[in-house]
Amino acid sequence: MIKLLTKITKEKRTRSTLRIKFYALKALAFASAAVVAGGCGALIFFIFQQGFQTLDVRLFFGDTPPLEAIFHAAPVWEGIWPAFAGTFCLVALTMLMALVPGIGCGLFLARYSESGLARTLSSGIELLASVPSIVMGLFGFVLIIALRRTIAPDATTSIALAAFCLALLVMPALVVTTRASIESLPPMLEITGASLGFSHNAIMLRLLVPAAARGILGGVMLAMGRAAEDTAVIMLTGVVVNSGLPAGLASKFEALPFLIYYTAAQYADESELLRGFGASLVLLMLSAALMGAAWLCQRGMERRFRGN
Amino acid sequence: MNDKKPLWLSASALYVTALLSTVFVFIIFCAAEGLFMSGPTLFSSVWAPDSQQFGILPMVAATLALSFSSLIIGWLLALGCLCYIHGFGGKTSASLLSALLRIMTAIPTVVFGFASVFLLVPLIRDAFGGSGFSWLTATLVLSLLITPTMAIAMEGAAAQTAAETSLTAAALGLSKAENFVWVVLPASRKWLRGAALLGFGRAAGDTMIPTMLAGNAVQYPGSPIESFRTLTAHIGLALSSDVGGTAYYSLFVAGGILLALSAGANLLLRSLRGDGEE
Repeated sequence: MIKLLTKITKEKRTRSTLRIKFYALKALAFASAAVVAGGCGALIFFIFQQGFQTLDVRLFFGDTPPLEAIFHAAPVWEGIWPAFAGTFCLVALTMLMALVPGIGCGLFLARYSESGLARTLSSGIELLASVPSIVMGLFGFVLIIALRRTIAPDATTSIALAAFCLALLVMPALVVTTRASIESLPPMLEITGASLGFSHNAIMLRLLVPAAARGILGGVMLAMGRAAEDTAVIMLTGVVVNSGLPAGLASKFEALPFLIYYTAAQYADESELLRGFGASLVLLMLSAALMGAAWLCQRGMERRFRGN
Repeated sequence: MNDKKPLWLSASALYVTALLSTVFVFIIFCAAEGLFMSGPTLFSSVWAPDSQQFGILPMVAATLALSFSSLIIGWLLALGCLCYIHGFGGKTSASLLSALLRIMTAIPTVVFGFASVFLLVPLIRDAFGGSGFSWLTATLVLSLLITPTMAIAMEGAAAQTAAETSLTAAALGLSKAENFVWVVLPASRKWLRGAALLGFGRAAGDTMIPTMLAGNAVQYPGSPIESFRTLTAHIGLALSSDVGGTAYYSLFVAGGILLALSAGANLLLRSLRGDGEE
């Protein structure tokens, strides 16, 4: 009798704890949705509200006539144009250094390597994808010091070094997305190619790469977004506040993320602060656009082979 | 089928491997040099370069404190969002939240930091006193920053399990929410843990949030409204120091510790995933 009673009470107790767990999770769900939507919404709204009023030609060029600023390289004192152009050059240089090796390595891993080698290599690359960006910056900094002590006594931090370190930072992501895009293609493509007598390389270059082009392009967009927003790497590798447009590969440069960081810490008056908000809004829209484009590319690729 | 591999593919694979292993070797080598040259001085508690004291222990503690505190909050938020999307939320609001999480991954960290300096810091200052640049502020923003990464990682697993089990569960008379809580969540326990490791790596490696929001005073984390300096912020800030000397070695040791933390989290994640495949 007593046994039965304890059994029943135990069952009741577990049932009530189960019910508590269920409702606790429900409460957590609603609270988190509210916190994330509210917190993030407030931050985005704040940037838009403050930044939107500054969004005009003056934000970019200050008092310099825009055409002159762009073509004659007249100095821009009160605008974010140098930083914007610096970010643009930085991203372009980074892509120049990262694209071919990144995509090439991805294709190699997807198609040509022995499976054991591919596994080792890609786990190594995954390990590198998790390296904090400040550590990549530190690497660039050390590299310059090493160069200075050995073969190039007047080497200094510059836009080329920053782009090199950013390329290291985005390369793993490029490799992974390229490989994943190729491997997600349906096997019938390859079989059809082989049955038509295509060589291994021809299947790869004429069938698989064009078919996966959208996915690869999506990965490239993501990498560009990362290179454009990263601040920690460039902080250690040559970004400065006032340098004007980048003068050459070995010169210092300005960039939007650093301008934003610097404004938060050192702004002198209201107009500088507003310019910071404008720069934030511009950077936000830039990376949102890149991310959106990446998403469209990758979704387009999924659709194409699902048959709808 | 036996034609040769295109040379440029093998070359680029070799190039990428060589470059990336160089990074590892360089950082490890420099950290080892730093440890060897001034290990005992570095692993002490006071950072006062003027009086030749270069202790980085407070920064190690700050890094761990900040990563764990924001990991706990961020993980709960991510779990909550997951519950909302797959269980309790309405259809429209759930897909809106899911879209918001994806948009959040596109927000530059420095923009997050910038907005928080002018929005959250005054709020904290008014509510709790102090300067507003504190452990609490950095934790709140950092947890919001790592939430989408973890939520998206969790969602991949949960969506698949939910698709597999929803029909059976419905036949047993379970509602969508009940199916989620009693079937899907326990089944994706491993992924929930994996997401936490992912989040830890991001939280420990982030530079801009602690630099902009945590105040950067070198001291042990005491109370949530006090400021401190993390290892990442230390590397970002201390560059003006002269080349050579103990302050300089501290950068390398900090870099080495960060590398070890992120690589450790990554290896753990891999072993977790390896169990799942068997």
